[in-house]
Amino acid sequence: MAEVRVENLTKTYGPLKALDAVTLDFRDGGFFGLLGPSGSGKTTLLRAIAGFVIPDDGRVLIGGEPVERVPVEAREIGMVFQSYALFPNMTVADNVAFGLDVRRIRGAERDRRVKDVLDLVQLGDLGQRKPHQLSGGQKQRVAMARAIVTRPRVLLLDEPLSALDKALRVEMQVELKRIQREVGITTIFVTHDQEEALTLSDEIGILRNGRLVRHGPPREVYNNPRDAFTARFLGEANLFSGSLEAGGLRLPDGALIPGATTAMVAVRPENVQVSASEPSGPIRLRAEIRRRIFAGAMGTLILDRHGEPIKAIARDSEFAELPDNGRVWLSWREGSAIPVENAPN
Amino acid sequence: MTGKVLGIVGRVYLALILFFLYAPILVMAAMSFNASEFYQLPFAYSGEWYERLWSNRAILSAAWRSIWIAFVVTGIATALGTAAAIALFRYDFPGKKVLRALLFPPIAIPWLIIGTAMLIFFFGIGLGRGTPTVIIGHVALALPYVIVIVSARLATFDATLEEAARVLGASPWQVTKRVTVPWILPGIVAGGLLAFAVSFDQFVVSYFLSEPGDATLPVLIYTSIRKGFTPEINAISTLIIAVSMSVMLLAARYSNFGGER
Repeated sequence: MAEVRVENLTKTYGPLKALDAVTLDFRDGGFFGLLGPSGSGKTTLLRAIAGFVIPDDGRVLIGGEPVERVPVEAREIGMVFQSYALFPNMTVADNVAFGLDVRRIRGAERDRRVKDVLDLVQLGDLGQRKPHQLSGGQKQRVAMARAIVTRPRVLLLDEPLSALDKALRVEMQVELKRIQREVGITTIFVTHDQEEALTLSDEIGILRNGRLVRHGPPREVYNNPRDAFTARFLGEANLFSGSLEAGGLRLPDGALIPGATTAMVAVRPENVQVSASEPSGPIRLRAEIRRRIFAGAMGTLILDRHGEPIKAIARDSEFAELPDNGRVWLSWREGSAIPVENAPN
Repeated sequence: MTGKVLGIVGRVYLALILFFLYAPILVMAAMSFNASEFYQLPFAYSGEWYERLWSNRAILSAAWRSIWIAFVVTGIATALGTAAAIALFRYDFPGKKVLRALLFPPIAIPWLIIGTAMLIFFFGIGLGRGTPTVIIGHVALALPYVIVIVSARLATFDATLEEAARVLGASPWQVTKRVTVPWILPGIVAGGLLAFAVSFDQFVVSYFLSEPGDATLPVLIYTSIRKGFTPEINAISTLIIAVSMSVMLLAARYSNFGGER
């Protein structure tokens, strides 16, 4: 077990900055989710920690030691790949034992450790199968077992659940978290699925164009995204911008958002209240209903405010009295408008 | 109706191809067991020509030469070719595309031309004719085949497997030995068998590069025919065809040409 630190990590591919001076600490024993749109550099960051990517500048420290002179095979890392990368010609047990075999751990010790880790991932009796005889979820478990059997200092997961269907993905999220807790290993996890990152991680980091834009505990980042990009990327957000006045934020159409202290605020769709009659509170905006989307218990309203789309989510019954088209009122409780900075592109 | 006619035409065509390919070989094989020295019919079985072969020292020593040279060539060409294919697969370097493209023309250039060029070259560098020259020449001829076949197999290999092995603690050599080679083994075997066939069946380059008196089997057969055609030649040729066809059938089995079975 060890903490990981990257300092000023920079990597350029031609004109593209895959990593741009990223500095980040990964706490010992923590579960860290790296999140970002495709091309944001999250996978490059993971591969730089593994040693597959040689940074142009900056360094990686594992357990306090710089590792730029340590080759991949000596970094004592466990890694689970998106495609699992199980060795097709070996049985499950031999796949899992690979890291032990190259370390010359033999005999009873080898067999015991393989058995223990297969029990941990609940594949105790599938040791003699070949990878092509396994389901997606089982392959995922084998890849996990193979990565942790050598007791690595860090576990790197590159979109490990993206190949699974939704139901299985949710089940494997729980499994992944349980295994990580039992082993207590520092885990860094790359995903583009924000829900997955929020569910699993103790801490998340959001990358955009090779830069780390925000990091922290998931709830804190979600509730206080600080900038418009993070607000929109992590969850959904309706953005309102205008000019700042003594009383609050004045929108271009003259409406006022009282109490706002920044030129832009974000409001989560679940906090937007829609009503046919004028609300009594201080926040009152007008909008047109464009579309109603029914999705079981929850409903979504797509509204239009001077050409800007606005989204509201609530229990479908709350939208029942609203007309299918026409002007309505928007409001939210004070404190639901999150101050954000306009993200530079 | 037309489909049926085309079907019949197709079958006749295939039968003709097989007939013209294999009829001469079958006739030769039959005559090697015929008692008459002058190919007279009716056919009378005799093992005489094979017995004579066994006591013909020139043919036996040429056969032995051909076999051991083919084994040496197979070993060198397979090892070098496999290493080259893996390097081409794993690394990016300037001139890689050019190098890859340069591998194909030697397969297409007539052996007569290559043989002449090699003869000039080996005399030019002072190596001259002889067994080492023959071996170098055969390796050069066989190498592209091995690289092409092993590369084809590598194209089906998932490079992530090498990364997975590295991260699990395997050195580059262990990765090659435990992960890459087991996957491409059928390609290596097929490439090796082809290299064997290229060397064992090689006439032109061997003829140009061997010293007089040090003939390989194909060279000896050629020179014997010029002196006079005996049924012994039928016998040894039948044996060569049997060996070559077994090797090629094995290669086909391993390399999957002719499609997936």
